[in-house]
Amino acid sequence: MSIIRTEDLCKNFGDLQVLKNVNLTVRSGEVVVIIGPSGAGKSTLLRSLNTLETITSGKIFLEDKLFQRVERGEVREEMKKEEKKAALLEMGMVFQRFHLFPNMTVKENVLAGPLYVQKIPKGEAEKRALELLEKVGLLDKADDYPSHLSGGQQQRVAIARALAMQPRIMLFDEPTSALDPELVGEVLSVMKDLASQGMTMLCVTHEMGFAREVADRVVFMADGQILEEGTPEEIFNQPKTAKAQQFLASIL
Amino acid sequence: MNGMTRILIWMPQLLKGAQTTIIITILSVAVGLILSLFLALGKMSKHAVLNRLCSGYIFFFRGTPLLMQIYFIYFGLPQFHPALTIRSAFLAAMIAYTLNTAAYLAENIRAGIQSIDKGQFEAARTIGMTGAQTMRYVIIPQTVRRLIPPVGNEFIMVLKDVSLVAIIGLADLTKVTRAISSSAATALVYIPAMIIYLVITALFQFVFNKLEKKYSVYE
Ligand SMILES: Nc1ncnc2c1ncn2[C@@H]1O[C@H](COP(=O)(O)OP(=O)(O)O)[C@@H](O)[C@H]1O
Ligand SMILES: [Mg+2]
Repeated sequence: MSIIRTEDLCKNFGDLQVLKNVNLTVRSGEVVVIIGPSGAGKSTLLRSLNTLETITSGKIFLEDKLFQRVERGEVREEMKKEEKKAALLEMGMVFQRFHLFPNMTVKENVLAGPLYVQKIPKGEAEKRALELLEKVGLLDKADDYPSHLSGGQQQRVAIARALAMQPRIMLFDEPTSALDPELVGEVLSVMKDLASQGMTMLCVTHEMGFAREVADRVVFMADGQILEEGTPEEIFNQPKTAKAQQFLASIL
Repeated sequence: MNGMTRILIWMPQLLKGAQTTIIITILSVAVGLILSLFLALGKMSKHAVLNRLCSGYIFFFRGTPLLMQIYFIYFGLPQFHPALTIRSAFLAAMIAYTLNTAAYLAENIRAGIQSIDKGQFEAARTIGMTGAQTMRYVIIPQTVRRLIPPVGNEFIMVLKDVSLVAIIGLADLTKVTRAISSSAATALVYIPAMIIYLVITALFQFVFNKLEKKYSVYE
């Protein structure tokens, strides 16, 4: 079963074509890593999947069901409202710049979704939050405010916050690019744990070690298109397109 | 009688005037604050009618003199329709100051909300919060912190603007001071009166500094 599938997904910002006929599939249990130069449209692709951006045309399927079909900027077919809301909650999102809620403690950040959105009882939400904080190694920071945490810790809280909604797939948009080098490892190790527990993941990242170790598939994007995809070995060792060769040479 | 004794004799009247001034200030800013939240949300809303209504309101109350607004509410409205008569000058003043301060506060609230990082709205959305939930749990608590200084400022502005209520016959601190000054034929009374204004201002500042500290825990 595929968790996410796009068909000819296009996205324009005004006259600028940012995504051009993107066909991407992420199957259940898969870890897919997206790489590509800055401006390739990687963030826009993730943001289109969870409707932070409205697409210009194409189809998005979630768990093999049509989520949305858009033509020339107009939604032609869509899931019913309730179904749509539920489908979106199946996607957890982790941003480059964390975006924790600064007015809430670490624990409150994690339990906000379960408590206010899923409306589960406070005690239960709290229990879930503490379990997740333990999982990301931050149980002792539960009552601190995010501003008192390092970037690496904040990103781990952001992962816990997304996991608290019990998603089917986690989207990561360069989760370690805003971090000091010495803090990257702790975030990657949480992501590796998640992958080993079978979480379906779609990650934009340039951490090649991570990609080699956990990715089932690497997708190379440039100029709004998917130019190549394959196993980490195929992409890293024998890139076919000149653009991919050039890009890999620049980051290695 | 020496100066000190005279001041002591005037004191009860001055404090009575100060009481009127303080009550109008606190009540109108407090009620205005609630009204202003709706005005700010309305002005930011995509709903065209709501948006124009709130923008127009803010434009009107910031664009016309407060003095005229007070006159109009107390003396003008009854001429349009008898049902609009407000018998109590105090109530009329309260209404005028509340409506006026709400317009100014609404602009502060709007600026406060718009200064919040777009990422906060997006993060709230990805965990499924509705727009109203995002406002209530994420945006407004963060805005409150940023609003404390401008709201404190508004208290101090209104405190002094309340001296206009004399025109509809209310005896606020300024009015009482002028009355004493003319009947006792001395300007001495202005000194204790100004000190009272400064003490009230200092109290407002004290409270708002405390609030600011309290709401800064997470920064
Ligand atoms: N909100 C926006 N408005 C206009 N252009 C945008 C917007 N967001 C992104 N873009 C443009 O879209 C292109 C792709 O951006 P992005 O998806 O962020 O790329 P990547 O994440 O691969 O670096 C860039 O040229 C960027 O300038
Ligand atoms: Mg990006």
